[in-house]
Formats: sequence, structure tokens, C-alpha cells
Amino acid sequence: MVNKIIVGAHYGLKDWLIQRISAVFMVVYCLVFIILLLGQGELDYAGWRAFMAGGLMRFLTFLFIVNLMYHAWVGVRDIWMDYAKPTSLRFALHILTLLALIGYTGWAVSILWRL
Amino acid sequence: MTTRTMQFKIYRYDPERDEKPYMQDISVEVNATDRKLLDALVKLKAKDDSISFRRSCREGVCGSDAVNINGRNGLACLTDLKDLKEPVVLRPLPGLPVIRDLIVDMTQFFTQYHSIKPYLINNDPPPETERLQTPEDREELNGVYECILCACCSTACPTFWWNPDKFVGPAGLLQAYRFIADTRDQAINERLDNLEDPYRLFRCHTIMNCVDVCPKGLNPTRAIGKIKDLMVSRIV
Repeated sequence: MVNKIIVGAHYGLKDWLIQRISAVFMVVYCLVFIILLLGQGELDYAGWRAFMAGGLMRFLTFLFIVNLMYHAWVGVRDIWMDYAKPTSLRFALHILTLLALIGYTGWAVSILWRL
Repeated sequence: MTTRTMQFKIYRYDPERDEKPYMQDISVEVNATDRKLLDALVKLKAKDDSISFRRSCREGVCGSDAVNINGRNGLACLTDLKDLKEPVVLRPLPGLPVIRDLIVDMTQFFTQYHSIKPYLINNDPPPETERLQTPEDREELNGVYECILCACCSTACPTFWWNPDKFVGPAGLLQAYRFIADTRDQAINERLDNLEDPYRLFRCHTIMNCVDVCPKGLNPTRAIGKIKDLMVSRIV
């Protein structure tokens, strides 16, 4: 194995950009969520369920989940890149993070469409 | 002439004699003409000539005497003695290997600096006189060309502490922008390609310690932001 410092993967810009765009989307989602929620009547179980199962809300919430997962992927990967030094350890942590996030996405989607 | 005694705590380490580093308590008489920390350091050296530190121009131009002063990186020659809380704790710049006392090995810092090709790349035949810029184009270099490579910023950057071998660091990135922004340089695409990397550029987490400590009042974070802006404008 060559023992040199290797850098030059030529990626990073898109992840950095998507992390920022997803942050903006999540802020907008939270504001829209609060505004729509204030317009609701009584919030019992049936009220919450009707609120979250509406077409617009389901669409926005799905986008929110996708944005959250990509945002979390870039952020958590950054932590591993900062602190996990052995390549094998970092690679394993990347894979575990991806698997967890994909799992969470599927789980969230199944909850959303079960409503 | 009024004199006063100042207390210092200085990081001492001579790898040939000491098993591990220790802090030395030492005091020195300073008088009214001793304005800067470097004046006191020179007196300390006269008192105990085993204390080692770098200094050269003693006026904030050469960047040799960067040290960690009361927990904050700065140039000894630009730091006013009267503003320092005692005992003044002096340590070498954090994150770089210590050669002796306050002297650090800057190899890693300069390796990163050289990796951004810190020189003008222009393949046109040189004109008879100098290559001219408009005043507006020249304006863009203000706030970036003044860097003296003292390493205060890079060694205050946690990301540079964790990945000094891969992350270019604020000083290197500021210099990279200095050549990217120069209208006389023709290698902007190669320079952006060279930096588009999750480690070389995108390890910067906008902590802004670099801006906080720069003794020349420069803003590497803004330069890094401008590099990212150029990369975005290249793809959209």
C-alpha cells in the first residue's frame, strides 16, 4: 500500500450546496407547518391524522424527510471525516450511517402513507 | 524611569534534555519604553538565554514571532504589554510539532501553502512593461494579499488540528483566493479543480477562529466563501 497523503477526490461542492439548500427547505417547512397548524380546529387524534394525511402535507412532509436525511448524511459524514482517522473505520461508519438513514427514510415513508 | 515586574508562564521543552514539556514561571522588569510583548521576550531571553523563540522584523511584517498568548494566537511584536493579563501564559502555536520551547515545525503549514501554487500562472508572453490591472480589479486583492503567513489562523483552526495533512487551512485558502481573484492569472479552473475536495476545501466548517485571531485583520472565511461561490457559479 502506498504510504502517501492522498487528496483530490473532486467532489464536495454538491454536498455542501445541498446541505445549505436542504437547511433552507426545512426552515420553510417548519414555518408552513406552524402556519397550517394554527389554521386547524381541535387537535385530537383524528384532527392530527387528517392534518398530516392531506395531499399537500404528505407531499411537503415527504420532501422534508428526504431533505433531513441528506442533510444528516452530509453532517454525520463530516464528523466521521473530522475524527475517524483509520480509513477502514471511516468507511465502515459511512456505510452504517447510510444504511441507518435509508432505513429511517423507508420507515418514515411507510408511516406517512399509512395515515 | 518607571519600571514594573511582569510575571510570565512559558512553555519549555527541549527534546534533547526534557522528557516532557513543562511550564516555567519567570518574571522580568519592563520599563515604559517596552511596549510590545516581543520587548519583554527579548528581556526574558537576556535573563535566561535558554528560552527559544523566533523573531525577525519586530514590526508585524515577517510573521516569525507568532505564539499562543494567554490562550490566543498572535504576534508578540504586535501585542501590547499593557493589555496582557498576568501571569502572561506563552505557549507555542497549537497543533504543530514543537521543535523547542516556542518554536514549532511549520513544514505541514508550508506544504499546504505550496499545494495551492502560490504564484501567478500566465502563459502569455510577458509584455515589455508590467501586466496591468484596472483599479477595480486590483481592489479585489485588498484584504487577501496582505497575509504574512504567520500561521496564527491555521493553528487556531480545529479543522486544521484534526486534518493538517489534508485540509489546506485558512492561510492556504486565503492565498488560493488571492491568485484565483487576480485578473492576471489564467489558471482559475485548475485552481478550483485543485480545491474541489471534501478535505482540501470543504473541511472548513466556518468556525471563524481564523478571522478572530488574524493579526493583520484579514478574513479567510470570506475568501473561502468566495471560492465556494465561484465553484457554484461554475456549475449552475
